[in-house]
Amino acid sequence: MEKQATINLEQQFQDRVDQDIRIEPKDWMPEKYRQTLIRQISQHAHSEIVGMLPEGNWITRAPSLRRKATLIAKVQDEAGHGLYLYSAAETLGISRAEMIDQLHTGKAKYSSIFNYPTLTWADIGAIGWLVDGAAIMNQVPLCRTSYGPYARAMVRICKEESFHQRQGFEILLTLSRGTEAQKAMCQDAINRWWWPSIMMFGPADDASPHTAQSMKWKIKRFTNDELRQKFVDICAEQVKILGMQLPDSELKWNPETGHHDFGKINWEEFWQVISGNGPCNKERIAARVKAHEEGAWVREAATAFASKQAQKQSAAVA
Amino acid sequence: MKTFIQIQRYGDYGDREPVKAEGATQNQADWPLWEVFIRSKMGLDHKHVGSLHAADAQMAIENARDVYTRRQEGISIWVVESKYIHASNPDEAASFYDPANDKVYRHPTFYDLPDELKAM
Repeated sequence: MEKQATINLEQQFQDRVDQDIRIEPKDWMPEKYRQTLIRQISQHAHSEIVGMLPEGNWITRAPSLRRKATLIAKVQDEAGHGLYLYSAAETLGISRAEMIDQLHTGKAKYSSIFNYPTLTWADIGAIGWLVDGAAIMNQVPLCRTSYGPYARAMVRICKEESFHQRQGFEILLTLSRGTEAQKAMCQDAINRWWWPSIMMFGPADDASPHTAQSMKWKIKRFTNDELRQKFVDICAEQVKILGMQLPDSELKWNPETGHHDFGKINWEEFWQVISGNGPCNKERIAARVKAHEEGAWVREAATAFASKQAQKQSAAVA
Repeated sequence: MKTFIQIQRYGDYGDREPVKAEGATQNQADWPLWEVFIRSKMGLDHKHVGSLHAADAQMAIENARDVYTRRQEGISIWVVESKYIHASNPDEAASFYDPANDKVYRHPTFYDLPDELKAM
């Protein structure tokens, strides 16, 4: 009897998804859908927060006041994006404290890209162009994802993200028109960020076992490889404006497929970085934990102040 | 198979007690959650835009400014603690909204009037 009832609920749920009716927090949903979303949204939130670290590294050394102001604004946006996403995940029944704890203990993952170091100023340009570009490619379809709060968070994020990519490209464009040393710095940054950026779309479709279910639930709207191909096609054109090269000797337009062919991705590196062995994994988590622990007294003081004020107020009323 | 039906009485975040991370002390518990409503310009309603955690109302308003109006999206902010939001139950939607289903005469197009009739 109960089993039959669940099957009916699942059918009704799938029917709604098929009709593109959004699922809202209080609606019935399969437990697996809830868990998948919690994992995906919280990973996404963690990525926004950890993503502030490699860029924050260059705020004090930005080459001009204009660059410094925009970089600060961008990093502040990332904090906001993390907050929108944490809030969306909280509607699924996980607390903020639990999510933070999962990040700090390594139980939750974040995008592998943020485990690479930002060695030069040009890296800030490459991150804006490639990393934010790949993120936008991933995020635009998520504005139509089946879970309402996630979709709404993504709409907000996508609106803000386009300045990020444009400011990055502008940095690279300026360097590409500069001295020989600046041009070399620009090319070097592209060389280092290109492959990790196209890894951001995740494992190839045949190595991504959850894709089919996520597509059926419309959590994902395109597969990893579809989005990756789109990104490669766009960047292969954009790089020409910079007069630079993408570091892939096999990158070539294929008139038959109407897409660019590209070289083999080093998946061994990807899995190594995901599992904690990237150049900066330990440093990133250590920085988050330190910030959280050293901020504890601020959180405690604010709580104490609030309860004291509340007491004062109720005393005044009485 | 497990049937998962969550009963929530108070808006999107439900009536759960604030959950603490494993091993967390009292001080590591989350600040209360607040819902944020923004008036984008004079003459328009405040509209729900999202939520955030804050220790008190003043902090909630200041954080809402920093998070939700960085690009001049608002000229007025309301915040209310999420636990005070009461919400209708989607599982009862069919019967709850039923009374309106058979009253098409509430719409102007229901009425049959000649085309010559102007300005109505």
